[in-house]
Amino acid sequence: MLASLHRIAALTRKEMAQLWRDTRLLLLILFLPIMLLFLFAYAVTLTVDHLPTAVADQSHDERSRDFIQTLVNSGYFDQTLVLQNEQELVQALDSGQVKAGILIPPNFSEQVSRRNGRALILLDGSDSFTVQSGFNAASALSQKYSYDLQARSVQAGRQTELPIITSSRVLYNPDMNDMVFILPGLVGMLVQNIIVAYASMAIVRERELGIMEQILVTPARPAEMVISKLIPGTIIAMIDMAIVLTLGIFWFGIPMHGSIGLFSILALIFIMAYMGLGLIISTVAKTQRQAQQISVLLLLVGLLLTGFIFPRTSMPVWTQAIGDLIPLTYFVRISRDIISKGLSFEYMWKDALILAVYALVSVTLASLFFKKRLD
Amino acid sequence: MENSITISAQELVKEFHTSRGDIRAVDRISLSVCQGETYGLIGPDGAGKSTTIRVILGLLNRSQGRSSVLGFDSQNRPYQIRERVGYIAQQFGLPSDLTVQENLQFFADIHNVSRTDQLKRIPSLLDFAGLSEYQKRPAGKLSGGMKKKLALACSLVHEPQVLLLDEPTLGVDPISRREFWNMLSNLRAEKGLSIFVATPYMDEAERCNHVGLIYQGRLIASGTPAQIKKKVPGHMLEFTPSAMNACLKLLQPLPGVLEVQTYGTAVHLLVDDAGLRRSQVQAAMAAQSVQWSGMREIQIRMEEAFIYLIRRQEAQNGC
Repeated sequence: MLASLHRIAALTRKEMAQLWRDTRLLLLILFLPIMLLFLFAYAVTLTVDHLPTAVADQSHDERSRDFIQTLVNSGYFDQTLVLQNEQELVQALDSGQVKAGILIPPNFSEQVSRRNGRALILLDGSDSFTVQSGFNAASALSQKYSYDLQARSVQAGRQTELPIITSSRVLYNPDMNDMVFILPGLVGMLVQNIIVAYASMAIVRERELGIMEQILVTPARPAEMVISKLIPGTIIAMIDMAIVLTLGIFWFGIPMHGSIGLFSILALIFIMAYMGLGLIISTVAKTQRQAQQISVLLLLVGLLLTGFIFPRTSMPVWTQAIGDLIPLTYFVRISRDIISKGLSFEYMWKDALILAVYALVSVTLASLFFKKRLD
Repeated sequence: MENSITISAQELVKEFHTSRGDIRAVDRISLSVCQGETYGLIGPDGAGKSTTIRVILGLLNRSQGRSSVLGFDSQNRPYQIRERVGYIAQQFGLPSDLTVQENLQFFADIHNVSRTDQLKRIPSLLDFAGLSEYQKRPAGKLSGGMKKKLALACSLVHEPQVLLLDEPTLGVDPISRREFWNMLSNLRAEKGLSIFVATPYMDEAERCNHVGLIYQGRLIASGTPAQIKKKVPGHMLEFTPSAMNACLKLLQPLPGVLEVQTYGTAVHLLVDDAGLRRSQVQAAMAAQSVQWSGMREIQIRMEEAFIYLIRRQEAQNGC
């Protein structure tokens, strides 16, 4: 037993020395998360505003102009074209000149005072983000506008029934700040990529250089070799997570509502699950190139199917099933639960349990696959 | 010194199943190495040397037969073997970003050599390998010859009783090769190590106690270097002709000529009777006006013996 620990210590020391001296890998592992974080924060936007808009105002009265002005002032719609009717609006959308069109029929003021005001907003549906943003903005603004009108008419002395006010409140992220939505998932996804890349390439590279054969002939057991590869990778991943979280909280101002201790423990389990996966890839891949390709595949799936950006609830069942096979899916939920919602453990024990089982199974499988013979 | 057997193999077979069919890389090989002996497994590329070593070490599963090292079965007790054995792989690689010193420490730690022992052994191993000045150099920055010596030092740091080397001097300059083999003889003399070497270099075969010639997976000859050379029935004449092609043409049909080999500008002629054929050959050459110089009988060397035995094997396979 003691001999085994000695060997693990020797192997781990070697791994850390090699990692420390591989400057390229080190830079990749430490700086890539930071780069991606800033990229996502500033370059990628999920809400689209300042949509080029064509306006066809057939009323030309105070109310219609007021309404249009409200829409433009919100920043979501930029009036770039003035047209006459619905046909022209559709043409403009077809040609791609604008992404949205507003049609206000004649006699708008009159209809509004009879509480019958209608306006038509056309949106470029070929771009789903545009549709979502535009539609939400337009509905919200219209509602607010009609509520304001109601309020104004009450103030002016005329008695009206107060309409049913539907208001929506966004919990946990009232400003609908994109970063708050992305960061918890981002933390998980960055770690996933780093770990899988490190685990799969580090081992395959050794095998390619023939180092593996030389070490295989020592008394080191496969399980010991696997553990010695887990440790440096885990340390790096924890550091990465800490960097991303710190930046998120102090630079981007994301509020952290939950317990950091709980987050760290669950993050550790998550890292183990991915290290195991990375090691399995490394025993399966025959060259570094293959290992990289498999990692990229995982990255893609991680991006698309885990709920990191695109909501899982709107996916068909079979894609959800694929997503269920990946640890990141569970961690995205856990991460959001802790960071954004500040929930305690009892709300996430199921996901945590699945992650723990995953970690156990993958590390065990990795040890079994790790061949102590050459064939 | 007892004459106990340290490495043994009986009817060892290793087959590879590929998409193109089954390949028998090791075909019923039996051998044994005694303590303190140096055994050379000699053979050309692809003969099956590396595969044999790997099966004996338990790095590959055997298909049939048995093999053991120091009494431990290769397949069932690989870890016991690895604790007591030093090995240099053919495509050996030592972690190239660790320094010479760190490499030695790593292999020492992995074999559970205590710190106190390390403090004694590592400096003397560095000295032995001529690497003392290069302690802090990363292993990747050593020359080819030095890397091999480092590999040897690392394989010795845990004081093994048996050393298995797979083509340890491949691609190394002749001077470094000689130094390497001097190191090996010192080890044998001082520590009674058993050494098993696979090599394609014939001159290294001469330095072994016992030699096995391996060709296409089979041992076609086995014995001391002297015994093997005696297997060649004949005598070797060497001379330098003025016109090689003409000379070769006229030599072939002569009676009593077993083999003609060229060696640089010289001809090595294997004949059944040196005295008789010498004058006949000289007469034949004179008749064709081929000049020659320096004819003498020489010792048959491993290289010629080997080529002869391989050609004989090929002829047998042909029928």
